[in-house]
Amino acid sequence: MITFEHVSKCYMEGIPALNDISLHIDEGEFVFIVGSSGSGKSTFLKLLTKELEPTEGTITVNGTNLRKLRRKKIPMYRRNIGMVYQDFRLFKDRNVYENVAFAQRVIEESNRTIKKKVPMMLSLVGLAAKYRSRPKQLSGGEQQRVAIARALINEPKILLADEPTGNLDANNAWDIMKLLEEINARGTTVVVVTHNLEIVEAMNKRVITLKKGVLMDDKYPGEKNA
Amino acid sequence: MISIRVRKMRKLGTLRYTTKQGIINIGKNKMFSLASIATMAACIFLFGIFYSMIMNFQNMVKVAEEGVAVTVFFDKGVKDKQIKAIGKKIEERPEVSKVVYVSADEAWEEYKKIYFNGKEEMADGWKENPLVNSSNYQIYLSDVSMQSTLVSYLQDLDGVKRVNKSDLVANALSDFNRLIGFVSAAIILILLMVAVFLISNTITVGIGVRREEIEIMKLIGATDYFVRAPFIVEGILIGLIGSGLPLIILYLMYGKIIGYIIERFVFLNNVLKFLPVHTVFQTLVPVALLLGVGIGFIGSRMTIRKHLSV
Repeated sequence: MITFEHVSKCYMEGIPALNDISLHIDEGEFVFIVGSSGSGKSTFLKLLTKELEPTEGTITVNGTNLRKLRRKKIPMYRRNIGMVYQDFRLFKDRNVYENVAFAQRVIEESNRTIKKKVPMMLSLVGLAAKYRSRPKQLSGGEQQRVAIARALINEPKILLADEPTGNLDANNAWDIMKLLEEINARGTTVVVVTHNLEIVEAMNKRVITLKKGVLMDDKYPGEKNA
Repeated sequence: MISIRVRKMRKLGTLRYTTKQGIINIGKNKMFSLASIATMAACIFLFGIFYSMIMNFQNMVKVAEEGVAVTVFFDKGVKDKQIKAIGKKIEERPEVSKVVYVSADEAWEEYKKIYFNGKEEMADGWKENPLVNSSNYQIYLSDVSMQSTLVSYLQDLDGVKRVNKSDLVANALSDFNRLIGFVSAAIILILLMVAVFLISNTITVGIGVRREEIEIMKLIGATDYFVRAPFIVEGILIGLIGSGLPLIILYLMYGKIIGYIIERFVFLNNVLKFLPVHTVFQTLVPVALLLGVGIGFIGSRMTIRKHLSV
């Protein structure tokens, strides 16, 4: 599904944000990427969404070599990836329904399909009753659920979550992680970048640890710390 | 596979959505949009005024041109048949609008009228027409600037003795016409450049306001078209409103201004031949709307190419 082969990324000459990373994530996996700030977690996600180009190495996603992906094909590629952010990135001037429908409009889905799919997705994240609310009328956890619904409505094969619990209290954080686990159980590959080690340990999933751009550890469930 | 019907529905939905977003952009960015519309309106208003002036000047010049004639006299003893053949050749020339044959008798009658001014009996002393060899063609031109070409042609014709012309009037009229054209083109060009700049500025601000939305759109997988279309719609709408408003004002003003000029300058009524409003507007409306839409399109396209590399 996702393969990094000797991938390095330098923003400035001589200072790598990622250094010679090689890893493979299988279809349907749930993976945590952990590390302190400056470890290269965000760069890792940006390389996957093709916001950045690697300085060296090859990234393959779903059989597509990202280096060879032509500019015109990038939108189609990105439709297979859902993104969830720490700050939710919802549109404050639109209600819950419109925020979720936005992702469908972007991929030029018909109004009929949008009217059918959005309520279904809102039910999945437990917000069907709040479809008319504005983001500021929702709690942090609810806003993140809307963001997840928006990320999932286009049925991506991969869901990338960048610190999805960073702005949430413990209860909401757990709810969001349970929701992501549920989504993963339905077949979506989930990659979560976080520094919340408590959650990482409790979830018992594969954990990739980055430190100053170097892959320090890649631990599968059940494995003991190196 | 997606059916053609579904694809059509999607396209229609996208078109509706991007148009709506373009309108929302104008609303979100009220002050800049209003400034752009006002500038565009000022440009098109001035364009309309210059255009109406040029059209009317050209009409007046044309009317004046029609009064400028070249006169052709014939060699002594030229037969009527040859004179008719010369007349036919002249009529076939593209720069000629009208050819009038003046016989020797008509020329003498005209001469008497001008020089004896009411005392034509004084000319009775002449038993025969003294202007017997003065039959001529009076040639009226459709384009005064072609006068010298026509004169050279006429001078080379067999049977033609002399060609009378007025270089001064012809040159003055065509120079004046050209001057109006250049001056107005220069002014309009400068105004249009200002309009493009302002629309571009408005779109830049609009892009700034929607920066986050654009970023999310791109990450979700929006195509270049989908991201850019609302800004193009915004530019086109600004152009359309900015050109439509001054056209309405100009339409209402035109008749009143013409009426005022005719009333104030009665003594110039023979010179000031104004065109009716519908003659001016049947070209001005499509040209001005197209100009507005074109400038809106160019202004927005230039900007999104610079600031929105998707």
